[in-house]
Amino acid sequence: MTAAHQHRGEASIGLIRVGMVYRTAGGPVEALRDISLDVRRGEFVSLVGPSGCGKSTLLRIVAGLRPATSGAISVDGRPVIEPLSNIGMVFQAPVLLKWRTVLDNVLLPAELAGLGTAGYRERAMELLRLVGLGDFVGKRPHELSGGMQQRASICRALLLDPPLLLMDEPFGALDAMTRDDMNIELLRIWGEDKGAGGARKTILFVTHSIPEAVILSDRVVVMSPRPGSIAAVAAIDLPRPRTVETRASEDFGRLSLAIHRALKLGEGSCASAHRSCVANLGARPMTANRWD
Amino acid sequence: MNGIAPRRLLPATMTFVGFLACWQLAVSALGVREYLLPSPLSVLAAMGPGEIPWAKHIWTTAVEILGAFLIAALAGVLLGAAIAWSQAAAGALTPFLVFVNTLPKVAIAPLFLIWLGYGILPNMLIGALIGFFPVVINTAVGLTQIEEDLLDLGRVFNAPKWKVFAKIRMPNAYPYILSALKVTASSAVVGAVVGEFVASQAGLGYVIITTQSSMNTAVAFAALAWISILGLMLFAAVGALSRLLAPWAEVSDA
Ligand SMILES: Nc1ncnc2c1ncn2[C@@H]1O[C@H](COP(=O)(O)OP(=O)(O)OP(=O)(O)O)[C@@H](O)[C@H]1O
Ligand SMILES: [Mg+2]
Repeated sequence: MTAAHQHRGEASIGLIRVGMVYRTAGGPVEALRDISLDVRRGEFVSLVGPSGCGKSTLLRIVAGLRPATSGAISVDGRPVIEPLSNIGMVFQAPVLLKWRTVLDNVLLPAELAGLGTAGYRERAMELLRLVGLGDFVGKRPHELSGGMQQRASICRALLLDPPLLLMDEPFGALDAMTRDDMNIELLRIWGEDKGAGGARKTILFVTHSIPEAVILSDRVVVMSPRPGSIAAVAAIDLPRPRTVETRASEDFGRLSLAIHRALKLGEGSCASAHRSCVANLGARPMTANRWD
Repeated sequence: MNGIAPRRLLPATMTFVGFLACWQLAVSALGVREYLLPSPLSVLAAMGPGEIPWAKHIWTTAVEILGAFLIAALAGVLLGAAIAWSQAAAGALTPFLVFVNTLPKVAIAPLFLIWLGYGILPNMLIGALIGFFPVVINTAVGLTQIEEDLLDLGRVFNAPKWKVFAKIRMPNAYPYILSALKVTASSAVVGAVVGEFVASQAGLGYVIITTQSSMNTAVAFAALAWISILGLMLFAAVGALSRLLAPWAEVSDA
């Protein structure tokens, strides 16, 4: 497996037949089955799928926060056996420290990593201004709205400028307008203007919004209900840089609809629908299927 | 910002004033004799300067209460932290601490006096012994009852264990510790006074004991009033500390 990965040197995240079974008091819960996926360095990949299909679980596994029960996970060619450092993680809940101000929350990564906060204060302020929290740096989390807390947690993930970002529904609590703005901002942070390849960050992004997945991503991975498996992968070949106008294009509508259908199909039995979904989407051949 | 508004204070004040007024009326209307139940006004008079050197006794008891409180707080937090830090420490310490806690601590007071002699120290230790256990428990609980996500946050940033302890677990435990310290504040008062009952040459508990022979009940009540004033001050100080250290958790306290 390692050999195979070194061979495909550009893969940033490599998942091979990853499965996850939670042992709970009420018996085992199979959250993920047979997830195989490669994310290239600099690629923006979104995960969409019904609630409870294991998207958050998959992000945690990639981050090394939970061990998968089967399969192999690698990041940058190295097997993931402990929590990754130098990644940016946005949890589904904001997970801010209640006792710290917004600014100090954003500075936490520098502190925990032993880098000292002095050198990061300016950057933290800049990030907070960027997401519209410039006037709230001294507030405590409980004085912020849910959407504001989410934005603060995004700033925290970005503080150390990590090359790999794992984001779990980061814009879920935002109003539509702010969300659109944040989408464009995220593309800028990702490095959309830098051209494909190494200069961009690698982003694995979970969302429930199909338009959001389409506007942001290079590829959208559609997951089936629990146990989550990959129902389809859609290549989003819309030109970049993408703007608000992109949403008005015909291709945008076509892709959104195709993903919508794939989700619907996934809700049925997906094992059989698997290939037809991909065909419907006109996607590139799935790397996901390489091991079938 | 979260100061107590006069409006909120009003009902409590009325209860107190009403209680004192009924007491005063009952005593004067029924002609209860002074050595059985002194009126509030004579208690107030006894609290002032006169035959009893109040300053000395108040000082002694205050030092004992504060010492008992600080020892209990420090020992409680350290033991609780040890229990939360390692499974081995938890296994070694918990049964013993539970055993100590089941002892009738007031009954140990005479032993302390045998071992340590008269003075401030044994009274402090009795108070500390009565008051430390809730702090141990709440510290351990506050350090371990923590959202898994918060710990994941530490893991993602490769934070060493002590840093997660200092920056995430400890602040998370503040509200738990502070609510235990409110209990400890009253235990410290009980311990100090009990110690003085058993044997002492000064302190408000000593004053109460001496009134038994003189039948000067007003002085006993005056000492009692001074004790509760000390207790209230400590309680208020813990409340202020809690607003300072854990302003996000103001909801949980009474
Ligand atoms: N710690 C856990 N222990 C036991 N079961 C869990 C745990 N975490 C998740 N699960 C189960 O695994 C499944 C997938 O959960 P997960 O949170 O990954 O879903 P999700 O796709 O992120 O859902 P949502 O879109 O609602 O956030 C669910 O059925 C859930 O009940
Ligand atoms: Mg989730």
